[in-house]
Amino acid sequence: MESAEEVAKDAARREIRDRWLLSAPALIIIFLAATGPLLIVVIYSFLTPGPYGDVVWKFSTDGWLSVLMQRDIFDDTLTFADAHLSIFWRSAKLSFLTTIFTLLFGFPTAYFIATRPARQRNIWLFLITIPFWTNLLIRTFAIQEVIRNEGIVNTVLIKLGIISQPIQMMFTDFALMVGMTYVYLPLMVLPLYASMEKIDFRLVEAGYDLYANRFQVLRRVIIPLVKPGIVAGSILVFIPALGAYVTPRVLGGSKNMMLGNLIELQFGQGRNWPLGSALSLSLMAIVMVALLLYVRSVGRQGGAHG
Amino acid sequence: MARELRSESHSDVCLPSHAPCADNRVGTGSALKSGRKNGVIVPEQPGKSAIEVRGVRKVFGTGDAQVAALDTVSVSIRENEFFTLLGPSGCGKTTLLRLIAGFDFPSAGEILLHGQDIAPLPPFKRPVNTVFQNYALFPHMTVAENIGFGLEMLGKPKAEVKGRVAEMLKLVKMEALSNRRTSQISGGQQQRVALARALAPQPKVLLLDEPLSALDFKLRKEMQIELKRLQHETGITFIFVTHDQEEALTMSDRIAVMSSGKILQVGTPWDIYDKPAERFVADFIGETNFLTAAITGMGNGKARATLKSGATIDATVAEGFQPKDNATVVVRPEHAKLTSGKGDLSGTVENIVYFGTDTHIHVRLDSSEAFTVRQQNTRSAGCGFERGDKVGILIGNDAAQVLRD
Repeated sequence: MESAEEVAKDAARREIRDRWLLSAPALIIIFLAATGPLLIVVIYSFLTPGPYGDVVWKFSTDGWLSVLMQRDIFDDTLTFADAHLSIFWRSAKLSFLTTIFTLLFGFPTAYFIATRPARQRNIWLFLITIPFWTNLLIRTFAIQEVIRNEGIVNTVLIKLGIISQPIQMMFTDFALMVGMTYVYLPLMVLPLYASMEKIDFRLVEAGYDLYANRFQVLRRVIIPLVKPGIVAGSILVFIPALGAYVTPRVLGGSKNMMLGNLIELQFGQGRNWPLGSALSLSLMAIVMVALLLYVRSVGRQGGAHG
Repeated sequence: MARELRSESHSDVCLPSHAPCADNRVGTGSALKSGRKNGVIVPEQPGKSAIEVRGVRKVFGTGDAQVAALDTVSVSIRENEFFTLLGPSGCGKTTLLRLIAGFDFPSAGEILLHGQDIAPLPPFKRPVNTVFQNYALFPHMTVAENIGFGLEMLGKPKAEVKGRVAEMLKLVKMEALSNRRTSQISGGQQQRVALARALAPQPKVLLLDEPLSALDFKLRKEMQIELKRLQHETGITFIFVTHDQEEALTMSDRIAVMSSGKILQVGTPWDIYDKPAERFVADFIGETNFLTAAITGMGNGKARATLKSGATIDATVAEGFQPKDNATVVVRPEHAKLTSGKGDLSGTVENIVYFGTDTHIHVRLDSSEAFTVRQQNTRSAGCGFERGDKVGILIGNDAAQVLRD
């Protein structure tokens, strides 16, 4: 006869085993689909580039060193090179600006939707998601059609006699900002809306009642209340923007490179897979650090709310 | 405390100083500074009334779907008064409050605050504060930050805000919890914070939108007393919205009874209860017996009413009563007496309900109308009557009121 204690222990053991069995499919997918490729990238970054792309299985730290340095082709000395660093900086700057612009445009949009009658809101949300139905590349080319020298904007302005020469917009940072803001706007609007929808609008009335004007109500009541949405939206926009590839390629041209293009270059024409891997991992590290700092600073200001 | 609050208000933007005399209900405002500061109007001449609502209409919707939430309402609310808007839900009382607060704007009519039309002003330019039904405390701020918010928005110096917040915390007995988040305090405490927050900027009028409805019975009773105390100590005009007739009777200086967007009667609790003007008022407040009577004479502000039983009684007459043959007479259950002998009315006891302090005796009159008598209980057993007893009902000369409808 087993004692009651043993029976209970047995049951507990069985329960633990069942839990592992049930979560196994998910765990396998996580390992194979997420951790696995990442591990390959980590390994590749420490190997030697092969002559036609691919890698040679020989340990080397050159991939990592090349992220910030340059090996002289004659005497093999390492010198600091800022080419990659400037692209990192550029990407960070543009992604930050994209986040700011999507926030500036997304906030009023989300507010507008959240203040519609409940039945109308779904229609507006539906309209916001429509761009997702079309391929990103096609949408980006559509923007090109609008802003290129023979595009809609320039044609109209010339026809109206406002300008005589087309304004060069393509292949500038302006073009990049237009494209990125357009592409990432829904990612900002949706989390903002989710936060705003939850606002008790009596709090807004309470703000007005306590002598706060419209701007003060926005700053002191609405923004603190939608902060979780602002945080989520900013993260959702900033991270993909940092690794953006299609938009800078089509609208920014080859001179205005961003990180995504740089990495692609190493895996393609550059035939330097270890460097590409090292750059990818650096990007990941930057994202993680930025996220950590951001969440922590927001948490400090925001306190317990949300 | 009261003195402090009042004397401080001299320097304040949004409060007229009330003369701290015993009876400032008469409206003896002392000399005032006037003008505009921070966009909040300060009146030059405080009249007798704090708020004067003149012919205000509020229509929601357009075209055929128009609904008049307020149908040409006029009322004057005096300074320093605890004024209650009483009525069932949908009667327009909250709409009227929102118009005074400035969250909605009237379709027609004027709202005067100390003689100045405030109807077109946005809420943040009105020296009026609101205690919301569910308090609407800012969840991202502490108790103290909530209370100080209004003063901060008025641009008061930090030190003054701090001092005033401390004072308000003391007034509502919440000093110990000043740094708590509003989500970390109980419903009754939230209620106190909401009150303190609305009182802190020393508004000329405090609006309270059913502030006690979310509290349980015992807490509600406590807060009723608390509210009366605060009103007395601060000397601010309170406009209180409720659907609870008992709350209205116990707390108010005057009550306006509303129904379907109209004010039916304005008066002291005593007026409203003892001299209801209309059937709705009599029915909504307390329990009442309705009798049909023929008016056989008028004089001296009283009417001579002949009841169906043949008895004739003298009854007070509602304001605006147009003499007519048949009128409705109301008698409160506690104003009638039961007798085993002959009374003004006669009938049979149908039911006896014991309430501890008193007993309700339901009588079916010979005229087939129902009539209830409330009898104070004594320690001797029983009320002296049995079901099925033939009884008479005595109605005193001062017990009946003739309604105008």
